Amino acid sequence: MPAQLATISEDFHAMEQRDRLQLLLEYANELPALPEHYREDPTLFERVEECQSPVFLFVDVDDDSRVHVFATAPAEAPTTRGFASILVQGLEGLSTAEVLATPGDFPQTLGLTALVSPLRIRGMTAMLARIKRQVRERIAG
Amino acid sequence: MTIEADPAAQFADFAHPDRLVSGDWLEHHLGAAGLVVVETDEDVLLYETGHIPGAVKIDWHTELNDPVERDYIDGREFAELLREKGIKRDDTVVIYGDKSNWWAAYALWVFSLFGHNDVRLLDGGRAKWEADGRPYSTEHPQIVPSEYPVVERDDSKIRAFKDEVLAHIGHPLIDVRSPEEFSGERTTAPAYPEEGALRAGHIPTAHNVPWAKAAADDGTFKSADELAAIYRAGAGLRDGDSIIAYCRIGERSSHTWFVLTHLLGFNDVRNYDGSWTEWGSAVRVPIVTGAEPGEAPRS
Repeated sequence: MPAQLATISEDFHAMEQRDRLQLLLEYANELPALPEHYREDPTLFERVEECQSPVFLFVDVDDDSRVHVFATAPAEAPTTRGFASILVQGLEGLSTAEVLATPGDFPQTLGLTALVSPLRIRGMTAMLARIKRQVRERIAG
Repeated sequence: MTIEADPAAQFADFAHPDRLVSGDWLEHHLGAAGLVVVETDEDVLLYETGHIPGAVKIDWHTELNDPVERDYIDGREFAELLREKGIKRDDTVVIYGDKSNWWAAYALWVFSLFGHNDVRLLDGGRAKWEADGRPYSTEHPQIVPSEYPVVERDDSKIRAFKDEVLAHIGHPLIDVRSPEEFSGERTTAPAYPEEGALRAGHIPTAHNVPWAKAAADDGTFKSADELAAIYRAGAGLRDGDSIIAYCRIGERSSHTWFVLTHLLGFNDVRNYDGSWTEWGSAVRVPIVTGAEPGEAPRS
């Protein structure tokens, strides 16, 4: 697993159950706003149908084959925002190979299943799968 | 009842006006002895972003369900949960949440399975409280653990199981899912994840009344007259009817159960919580597709 994702996972596991929700909330609050040039083109974004809230994703692979994930989710869906933010920050700047090698069950290993419920975590698993698919599409170009 | 009902005029025409409170009433009564405010949301983090001052959180998913079997917690676990939340048996509990109180109504229905006497909804839930500019807090309330007796869950009056629904076909059945789920175009609510029903359609003879028809734009309940037009004139429900409501996992139909029981005053309404995720995967149960209720199978 890429080191920056492993660090996020370790941070969650180091905490008591109740504090883990606070950390997830911090991630939710940190979800970066979209860069100006993406805001004007909503068609770039793919809706994550598996999530109960409207969350949209877009993957950019730059000239050095580094991955940048952009996501939007509404303020009234903080759990979804937190999930998106973990992936946006955890995958930022990784190589395409590193992103594709990320374990598909990473969301289940964050230590949140008891607190958030497996059903809700499925939305995050779907986000990761869609990110990987977009990376493959960008590589195939 | 520990605390007097909200006398607000907008509730006066409902069958049980004491089951609803307004934002004015709640803001005025915050901190009153014998009152506990409970937040229950679809989004498990929403409470942490800010909640009504002093409110405790109950998560329908991780706290009201049995973690292994598809069932609710039992009497001992419910007592333990309510002690932890500082709720006493004779407390007035006001529940509110996101999405027009969709999940709050679900929690209220589960409280009712255990016979908690005084449990009410905040009309309009989070959205209305917020729109009215009322206060939120991010502080976790200091909870004093309470004494709560172990009361066994009573599944016989307001909960229906699959075999009972089978026997009920031809009697008033309300399917509160979206028209697309009812007709069989899809097995989940639009924009909701698949939750494992193998077949699509509805239970024969069910009328489709999507749950949100009972909610006004601001998330409050519609008036008694408007609700009567929807459920009596529209869906043909009559006084004395025995009614079963269902949806996908029993949450949206809890909202309708609340409307039929407490706002319109039907006194034999059951929620089939197995709902479509059970019926749509069960072997050899009748299913009808299309927009019409359809016929009961000849037996």
